[in-house]
Amino acid sequence: MHSLSNRSKVVVKKEMTLTEKMYLPAILGGMLITIKHFFKRKPTIQYPEQKREFSKVYRGKHILKRDEQGRENCTACGLCAVACPAEAISIVAAERKKGEEHLYREEKYAKTYEINMLRCIFCGLCEEACPKDAVYLTEELAPANFDRSNFIFGKDKLVQPVGTSAHPKTYKPYKK
Amino acid sequence: MEIFLIDKIVLIVAVFGITLLFALYSTYAERKVAAFIQDRLGPNRAGIFGILQPLADGVKFFLKEEFIPAHADKALFILGPSVSMTTALMTSAVIPWGNSLELFDRVISLQITDLNIGILYVFAVVSIGVYGIMIGGWASNNKFSLLGALRASSQMISYEIAMGLSIIALVMTTGTLSLGEIVQQQNGSIFGISGASWNIIYQPLGFLIFMICAFAECNRTPFDLPESENELVGGYHTEYSSMKLGFFLFAEYTNMFISSAIMSSLYFGGYNFPFMDQLGLSHNLVTILGTTFLFAKIVMFIFLFMWVRWTLPRFRYDQLMRMGWKMLIPLALINIIITGLLIVVLK
Repeated sequence: MHSLSNRSKVVVKKEMTLTEKMYLPAILGGMLITIKHFFKRKPTIQYPEQKREFSKVYRGKHILKRDEQGRENCTACGLCAVACPAEAISIVAAERKKGEEHLYREEKYAKTYEINMLRCIFCGLCEEACPKDAVYLTEELAPANFDRSNFIFGKDKLVQPVGTSAHPKTYKPYKK
Repeated sequence: MEIFLIDKIVLIVAVFGITLLFALYSTYAERKVAAFIQDRLGPNRAGIFGILQPLADGVKFFLKEEFIPAHADKALFILGPSVSMTTALMTSAVIPWGNSLELFDRVISLQITDLNIGILYVFAVVSIGVYGIMIGGWASNNKFSLLGALRASSQMISYEIAMGLSIIALVMTTGTLSLGEIVQQQNGSIFGISGASWNIIYQPLGFLIFMICAFAECNRTPFDLPESENELVGGYHTEYSSMKLGFFLFAEYTNMFISSAIMSSLYFGGYNFPFMDQLGLSHNLVTILGTTFLFAKIVMFIFLFMWVRWTLPRFRYDQLMRMGWKMLIPLALINIIITGLLIVVLK
């Protein structure tokens, strides 16, 4: 039968010749291979100093977007929570009061918006489900922590800071 | 006499320090070589290029919990690593580290002691080294440790025979057991190049056997069965922790350094280097250059140890025994016969 990869080898159980039995040529061949690797360029990326570029479609930590006037897009419709296969998102909705028009775009807004980063699988279904262009996944990594309770990200960690770029993928996360 | 003693004490301390330094930095070199061969960078955070890594490792070893199992024989448990370490360091006494220095109208030999039975002394001390491993494995009261120790001791005994036989052929050509004299004999000229008549030219097969046995004696890959972690958990040092484990590992690296030195001295001319008498340099300068060359040879052998480690897979135990008894010992015997015949024919 013709093989798919053309890499399979037929196994033959024949007597080894004297040079093969001595093993030394094979050992020398192996050592030549390893010494070649000794001088090769190393592909290591030294993390804190050098960072690998993420792909364009990388899905990292979430962000809750604001519109051009700095108002929160999210209307607490809950479609993201429904779409979430890991049930990581929980929302409590509230009604916009008078004088808060500059904070929230529509009459209803998310009073709390929490994502449990321990449950989140970064599938991006929330992003797709959102009808209001509010939730996006950025290129920022979800940071490590020693305490499990710190992995529940509230609005303080998720909402886009005022005055930052409008496009989700060009958004540069702020550093603590 | 007093001056002689001071000379010797200075030399002993220097050799002791250099041996420990080499063993210390062998651990670093091992990690670096391993990394480079595996297309990685290796330790590079502690100091520039990670040269402080051995110190960090040392601090880690000292700060780890010292643990002695409840059913272990405490005295023997402590004795094991000490024996390993002591024997590993003792061999350096007979290695000629250089020719001689002429300082203040005195001739100072760079060999701690030129025993006329130098090679026998090396073999005697190395064979005591087995006890360190055996006692360590026995005192742990752990069957895996005991198995590891058993394997280690039977391996070392098997390979010591072939090693001894390969040395006999060398002794036949040199006619002496003194390491100092063997190195001095390699000073002769060959094809008009002085200091290049190394024993590797006369004893290539003997060298190969000796080197393979040295690998086995040092428990280095492909002969590192005493500590094969996938079969024996950790081998003879399973129950050891902290600096006691450190001593076992350190002894391995010291052994590697010493056996590299012995291989360089016996077969690669020791402190002799090509054209050493034709350059017209002063005696002291030649001695210093010679010592440098000896250390270059040692470093080369240590690199070879590491290179082989990351090339060859570990033997199966029956393969190891077959190689020792059915291949190396007959080969060494054949080597003795050939050497004997050649000596008779050429005389």
